[in-house]
Amino acid sequence: MPANRPITATETTFVAEYPARSVAWTLYLLLFPVAVVAFLAALATDGAYAATAYLMWLHFSEWLIAAGLAFGVLAALALLVAFVTTPVAREARYGPAHLVLFYVALVVELVNAFVHTADGWTAVVPTGLVLSVLAAILALAAVATLFFVPVEWVGARR
Amino acid sequence: MTFRLAALGACMVLAACGSGQDVDPAAQYGPTPSLPEPSRALLPRMHVPKVIGWASGETPTVPQGFRIDAMATGLSNPRNVYPLPNGDVLVIESKKDAKEPVERPKRPVMAWIEAKAHGGNGGGPSNRILLLRDANGDGKPDSQTVLIDRLNSPFGVVLVGDALYVADTDAVLRFPFTPGQTSVAGPGMKVIDLPAGPINHHWTKSLTASADGTKLYVGVGSNSNAMERGIEAETDRAAIWEVDIATGAFRVFARGLRNPNGLTFYPGSDTLWAVVNERDELGPNLVPDYMTSVKRGAFYGWPYSYWGQHVDSRVRPQRPELVQSAITPDYGLSSHVAPLGLAFYAGSSFPAQFRGGAFVGEHGSWNRPELNGYKVAFIRFENGHPVGQPMDFVTGFVKDGQARGRPVGVAVDRAGALLIADDVGNTVWRVTAATP
Repeated sequence: MPANRPITATETTFVAEYPARSVAWTLYLLLFPVAVVAFLAALATDGAYAATAYLMWLHFSEWLIAAGLAFGVLAALALLVAFVTTPVAREARYGPAHLVLFYVALVVELVNAFVHTADGWTAVVPTGLVLSVLAAILALAAVATLFFVPVEWVGARR
Repeated sequence: MTFRLAALGACMVLAACGSGQDVDPAAQYGPTPSLPEPSRALLPRMHVPKVIGWASGETPTVPQGFRIDAMATGLSNPRNVYPLPNGDVLVIESKKDAKEPVERPKRPVMAWIEAKAHGGNGGGPSNRILLLRDANGDGKPDSQTVLIDRLNSPFGVVLVGDALYVADTDAVLRFPFTPGQTSVAGPGMKVIDLPAGPINHHWTKSLTASADGTKLYVGVGSNSNAMERGIEAETDRAAIWEVDIATGAFRVFARGLRNPNGLTFYPGSDTLWAVVNERDELGPNLVPDYMTSVKRGAFYGWPYSYWGQHVDSRVRPQRPELVQSAITPDYGLSSHVAPLGLAFYAGSSFPAQFRGGAFVGEHGSWNRPELNGYKVAFIRFENGHPVGQPMDFVTGFVKDGQARGRPVGVAVDRAGALLIADDVGNTVWRVTAATP
């Protein structure tokens, strides 16, 4: 593709065209939202457990955090590869911030997963719930940085 | 922020944070054990010893003046021993076969780790009762026969009249049997169902009978550590049942006992005693396991409180009015020793100080960094009450942090020798007073 050809509307919405037909980046777009959604859902089920003490909600939280971490770790690896192989990713204004926020969210959820192994109430109240809130804020902040990244990164907007 | 989170994480991993629970196990023996504040590490502080078994000729260690010999080897997870009045000895081989459901990610991880500590189960068939016959009483059996086969994780047995009662994990069975026989005279008849699957966490059902032979007492352990599987899973569990032999009717004799085992009446009395495994994950030095006389109708705290009225904050909803009724056990054995066997010394071949005292088989667990238990302790009794500090009577089950064996059920045989079922060592040990 000639470097100076104008970008068509179709192409701007097709991720794989940008920025360098990056497999890592494409995988990241698949994995990252799963992790974020799992962490947000775990916050919701933590809230439900704190409100009801019904153990089903605690178990939901445990599985959601575990699933979020599984997808999140894969996403983190894909993001790292994208950063290394795609200069535009790390040179974007909020690119590094995106990576740091997401990585810290994962670390917080890793701690949270262990806190959630307690047998009952103290698995969530108070530490587990606090960590779930913190991780949700970090994950959402990582999502928010995507608003500012250039079209070459998400392939959607100019 | 990253740094502070890392610091928080490190603090939780190390579980330091000002609550290391530095308590000497010796401070947790007796009626008033030292109880530190609960503490919880991010990662459980565990030490799971690998099972290496006994090399040929190796034995546990006994105090001077005693000797210990293997009475039977090559068994398949022997969990209990029961001497009969004619000198025959029953050995109960038992395994938990069913898997617990995976309701949280923690379970498969823990199961994988703990499997190490149950390794070396012996390859042979288990879940059966063997009869060892030692006609001349020299501690070396002349014959070994299978008395009852194809049981369902049996543990407790008791002889009442001309019937042998066996506590499978899911029922009490009655077999027509008279000591001297080497086979039961008929199939087992069910006396009563017991709480079992699908979870069946604490599966050993301890069993004894009242002196008049009209009532059975069955130890039914909890389905969880601290009710984390919900109250529905605990119906009539963490309790000792009283079963009327004639009718098969039962009532709960005492409750709030997380995992009661070693049910035994104190010789010459109608006082029932038990050893109880208390809860985990409140720290390496909580909660002390204990030996206690069991009072009819009493509540011993589980899961709402421990050692009397110390509230366990993990359990919701809390039950303050029930906690107020919780009574304190008699004698602490220190934390995570996992007592599973109890026998009072009613023999006469051991020195006088042993008479009327209690031998406790401490299976040992992995819920603290330094192993505790993995021995048979002896506690002296005066006037029917435990006194003083426990004595390490049979030791050497752990060598270089690895388990050669783990004691479970204990009993005193006709000759006054102490018998010990060693489940991962696949051996029955016999301790005698050395003849001077």
